Amino acid sequence: MTLLFYSAGAIALIATLSVIISTNVVHALVYLIISLLSVAVIFFALGAPFAAMLEAIVYAGAIMVLFLFVMMMLNLGQATEDEERAWMRPSLWIGPGVLSGILLLQFVSTMLTHDVTLAPVEVSVRDISLLLFGPWLLAVELASMLLLAGLIAAYHLAKK
Amino acid sequence: MDAIPYEHGLILAAVLFVCGLLGVLTRRNIVFVLMSLEIMLNACGLAFVVASARWQHAEGQIMYLMILTLAAAEVAVGLGLIIQMYRRFHTVDISVLNEMKG
Amino acid sequence: MQEWTGLLPVFPLAGFLLLVLSRGRMSRGIAGVIGAGSVGLSFLLALGIAIATLNNGGQAYTTVLWQWMQVGDFAPGFSFYVDGLTLVMILVISGVGFLIHLYATGYMADDPGFARFFSYMNLFVAAMLVLVLADNLLLLYLGWEGVGLCSYLLIGFWYDKPANGYAARKAFVVTRVGDTSMAIGLFLLFSQLGTLNIQQMLTLAPQQWAVGSGIAVAASALLLGGAVGKSAQLPLQTWLPDAMAGPTPISALIHAATMVTAGVYLIARTHVLFELAPSVQLLVAFIGLATLLMSGFTALTQTDIKRILAYSTISQIGYMFLALGVGAWSAAVFHLMTHAFFKALLFLAAGTVILSLHHEQDIFRMGAMRRRLPVSFWCFLVGSAALTALPFTSGFYSKDEILLAALHQEHYGMLLWSGGVLGAFLTALYSFRLVFVVFFGRDRHQSHATASHGHDDPQAAVVEAMSPVMFFPLLLLGLLALGGGFIHVPVDAVFGSGAQEEAHASQLVHTLMILIPIAGVMIAWFVYGSRSYQKAGEHLREQLLASGIGRRLHRFWFSGWGMDTLYEWVFVRPFLTLAALNRRDAVDQIYGWVAQAARVGNSAVVMLQTGNLRWYAISLVGGLVIVIGLGVWR
Repeated sequence: MTLLFYSAGAIALIATLSVIISTNVVHALVYLIISLLSVAVIFFALGAPFAAMLEAIVYAGAIMVLFLFVMMMLNLGQATEDEERAWMRPSLWIGPGVLSGILLLQFVSTMLTHDVTLAPVEVSVRDISLLLFGPWLLAVELASMLLLAGLIAAYHLAKK
Repeated sequence: MDAIPYEHGLILAAVLFVCGLLGVLTRRNIVFVLMSLEIMLNACGLAFVVASARWQHAEGQIMYLMILTLAAAEVAVGLGLIIQMYRRFHTVDISVLNEMKG
Repeated sequence: MQEWTGLLPVFPLAGFLLLVLSRGRMSRGIAGVIGAGSVGLSFLLALGIAIATLNNGGQAYTTVLWQWMQVGDFAPGFSFYVDGLTLVMILVISGVGFLIHLYATGYMADDPGFARFFSYMNLFVAAMLVLVLADNLLLLYLGWEGVGLCSYLLIGFWYDKPANGYAARKAFVVTRVGDTSMAIGLFLLFSQLGTLNIQQMLTLAPQQWAVGSGIAVAASALLLGGAVGKSAQLPLQTWLPDAMAGPTPISALIHAATMVTAGVYLIARTHVLFELAPSVQLLVAFIGLATLLMSGFTALTQTDIKRILAYSTISQIGYMFLALGVGAWSAAVFHLMTHAFFKALLFLAAGTVILSLHHEQDIFRMGAMRRRLPVSFWCFLVGSAALTALPFTSGFYSKDEILLAALHQEHYGMLLWSGGVLGAFLTALYSFRLVFVVFFGRDRHQSHATASHGHDDPQAAVVEAMSPVMFFPLLLLGLLALGGGFIHVPVDAVFGSGAQEEAHASQLVHTLMILIPIAGVMIAWFVYGSRSYQKAGEHLREQLLASGIGRRLHRFWFSGWGMDTLYEWVFVRPFLTLAALNRRDAVDQIYGWVAQAARVGNSAVVMLQTGNLRWYAISLVGGLVIVIGLGVWR
C-alpha cells in the first residue's frame, strides 16, 4: 500500500506539472485524466474505495469528457498552439512562482509539526450511504439544487 | 500493512494545489485556467479524503462528494462561458476581456 | 363659552388644512364657504366669549391647552390668556377678518389661485389669534412669525410677476430685522426674570428693576425694535408701501387692519416694562410723531391709490405709537380698533374701484367715479371722514383722545400735540385729495380707455363690480366706521385706573382740533375738487412744481423721504458687493480640498482596476499569502 501511495503520488505530480506547462490542449487534457486517475489510486490506498470509484467515473470520466467535447467544438488548431508557445515566457512565471512557493512553504511548515501515521481502515459504501441519507440529507438536497442550477445556467449560457 | 505518514498525503495535496494555482496565475488560455481550477479542486478533495483516513471518519468523504458536485456544476457553467466567449471574441485569451477597466 | 377659548384659532387652522389638502381641486363655492365660514365661526365664538367675560365683570382668565415644552425651569405652556385687551383684539381680528373674507369671495372670484388665497388667509387669521391670545411671549412669538410668513406669502400671491416677489422678500427681510431684535429681547427678559409668562413678568419686573434701570431700558428697547418692524414705523417702514403688491383684501386685512397693529398690541401688552423705562417710552412717542409726519407728507405726493392708503396706514399707526409713548394705552387700543374699521373700509372700497377699472391704480387715470360707483363713493367718503377725524365719526373720538393725552405729556406735551395736529391737517389734505381726484372732476379714465382700446365700449369698461357678498361687508364696515366711536373699549382693568385719567383741555384746543381737519378738507377742495377753482388749483400746483424747492420737495416726498435709496446705498449695495467679493468662499475652499483629495484617490484606485483577470488573481493570491503568513509565522 505504501508503495502504491508513493508511486501514484509521483505520477499525479508529474502529470499535473505536465498539464500546466503543456501547450496543446488535448495533450493537457490527457495528462489531467492521468493525474485524476492516479489520485483515484491514492484514494484506494487510503482506504476510500467509494471515493476512488467516484473520482474515476465522475471526474476522469464525465467531467473530462465534457472538456473533450468542448475542445472539439472550439476546434483549436495549430495557431493556438503557436500562440501558447509565444506566451510561455520565463519572466511571466517569476511572480506567480514566488507567490506559489511561499504558499507551499506555509502549507508544509504547518504540516511537518506532527507525526501521526495513517492506518487505513476501509470505509464501505454502506457507511457513507447511511451518513449521506441520514445526518447529511440536507447537504445532498443542496448539492442536487446546485447541480440543477448548474444545468440551467450551462444550458442558458451555451445557447446561441 | 505499512503505515503512511499522514503528512505526506497532505503535502501531496498541497503540492497539487499549488501546481493548479501556478497554472491559474500563468496561463492565458482560458481552457488551461479552467483545467488548473479543476486541479485545485481535486487537491482539496484529496486533502479531505486524507483527513478522513487520519481521523477514521467517513464525513471527510462526504465533503469530497460535495466538492465533486461543486466541480461538476462549475465545469458545466465554465464551459458554457468559454463557448460563449469564443463565439463573441473568437479567441480563448483572457487578456482580451479587459473591458471592465476602470 | 369661556372654556372653548382654545377653539378660536382651531377653526381657521382647520380651514387652512382643508384648503391646502384639497390642492385646489375643491370647487370655488365650497372653498369660499370654508374660507369665510371658518373665520365666521371664530367670530361667533369670540362674540360669545366676549359676552360671557363682560357679564363676568371682565375677569381675566387663562386657558391652558397643553405644556408646549420643558427645558429645565423653562416651561412655556400652550395656553391662552384672555382679558379686555385680548377681547378687543380677537373681536377685531375675527370680525373685520370675516367681513374681508366675505368680500374676498367676491373680489377674488375669477382668480385661479382662489383656494390658495383662502388657505393663506385662514392661516393668517389663526396665527394672528394665537399672537393675541398667547399668555407667554414665546407663544406670542410663534404667532408673530406665523403672521410674518403669511404676509410674505400673500404679498407674493401673484408670484408670476417678479416685482411682487421682490416686494414679498423685501417685507420679509425688513420685518426680520425687527424680529431679531425682539428675539434678543425675549432672551434678555428670560435670563433676567426667569419666565416668559407675560402676567408673571409684568408683576416681577417692577419688583426687580428700578425705574430707568439699564436692563429695563434694554429689554423694552429691544421689544420696541420688534414692534417697529412689524408695525412699519421709522426706521423700518419701507416694506409696507411695497407690500401693496398683494391683492387688495390682503392689504385691507393684513397691511392695514390687523397684522401691522401687532406692534401696538405688543407694547400695550408689555406696557409695564415701558413704564419702567421712561426714556424708551419717550422714544416710542417721537418715533410715532416722526413717522406720522413723514408718511403724511409722502402720502400727499403719491399717485397710486393703494400706496396712498399704505402711507396713511403708517401714519395712523404713528398716532397709536404716539399714544403709547405718552402712556395713553387705552386711547392707542381705541384708535387701533377704529382704524381697523375705517381702513378696512377704505381698502375694500378702493378695491371695488380698482376692480371696476380692471386693475388701474393710478388716481390720475380715474376721476368722476362718483356717479358710476355710488356705493364705493359713499363708503370711501365715510372712511375718509373717519380717517380725517371729522366730528362724530369714529376716528374723531380716538384721535381726540390721543391728541389730548399727548398735550398732557409732562415735558414735550406742546411739541407732541402740535406735531399731531399738523399730522391731522396732512391727513385731511391727502385723504380728501384722494376723494376729490378719484370721485370728482373729469372722467380721465374714459378718455384713456377710448385711446387705448378704441373698439371697446368705454361705458362697459366702468361698471361697479358689486355682488352682495361685497356690498354687505362694505355696508357693515361703513356703519362701524361711523359709529365705532361709541364702542367702549373694555381695557381699563388691563392698564390700571391711573393711566386713564380724563383729559381736560381748554375750549380753544378743542375748537382747534375740530377746525384744523376741516381746514385741510377745504384746502383739498380748493386745489383738487371744486370746479370753479379748478383753474386756480391747477395753476397753483404747476407753480409749486415749477419752483425749484417745490420740485425737489415733491421728488423727496414722493420717494418716501429717500429711505429706500438710503437703505439701498447703506445696506443692500455693500451687502451685494461683499457677496460678490466672497463668491469664492474661503470656507468652501476647504471642502473643495476634500473633494479634490477624493478625486485624486479615485484616479489612483482606478489604475488598480486593469480589467486584467490574471492581475486580479495574483492580487488575490498575494492577499492570501499575507493572511496565511500572519497566521502561520506569527
